[in-house]
Amino acid sequence: MIEVLYFAWVRERIGIPRETVETGAKTVAGLVDELRAREERYAAAFADTSALRVALDQELADFDASLKGVREVAFFPPMTGG
Amino acid sequence: MRVQEAPFDFGAEAGRFAAAQDSAGAVVTFTGIVRDLPGGGLRAMEIEHYPGMTERAIAAIEAEAVSRWNLLDSLVIHRFGALPPGDVIMMVATAAPHRADAFAAAEFLMDYLKSRAPFWKKEITAEGAEWVAAREEDEDALRRW
Repeated sequence: MIEVLYFAWVRERIGIPRETVETGAKTVAGLVDELRAREERYAAAFADTSALRVALDQELADFDASLKGVREVAFFPPMTGG
Repeated sequence: MRVQEAPFDFGAEAGRFAAAQDSAGAVVTFTGIVRDLPGGGLRAMEIEHYPGMTERAIAAIEAEAVSRWNLLDSLVIHRFGALPPGDVIMMVATAAPHRADAFAAAEFLMDYLKSRAPFWKKEITAEGAEWVAAREEDEDALRRW
């Protein structure tokens, strides 16, 4: 079980801010593949992962990073703070 | 560091920050303001963030600044929520023995807050709402540090 969070247009496209996901994926990329296969709204949000960023337990990470021991995964577009 | 929805008085914050320093020779502050669109029409800038990660990311950026420059203190305040044009979005302040460190650290904090702190801006106009895209220049700005 893993908490998956979505922000900004990723949240809007998927339609929910967070959900608990049952996954056997070993990496972020594996999780993305599972989510994409679910429904069109997920496929649309994850169509181009180069336009997305990912954080594992609130630290920026790569899409090939391992999910081992991770409790919280967040997907969002490049940040626009300041 | 503070992440808040409420407005703040940047003059008062800068004054308090400066008054709290006893060995600084320089205090630099930067204040970011919601800019209207060319020709007007911006109703609000809506700022979303990732509670928890936002605070961690800002703390990490401040720690990095302290490790790179001779810095005595720093302050970051960043707002979220729907902000009208002219509202203060955020401020950074740095205190150092000398101004070169205070200026450089303030710029470093700004460059990193723009692209590495989990905030997202959305422009609300009469026509609708649009997410602000990250700019290539903002990512490039990180490479100079």
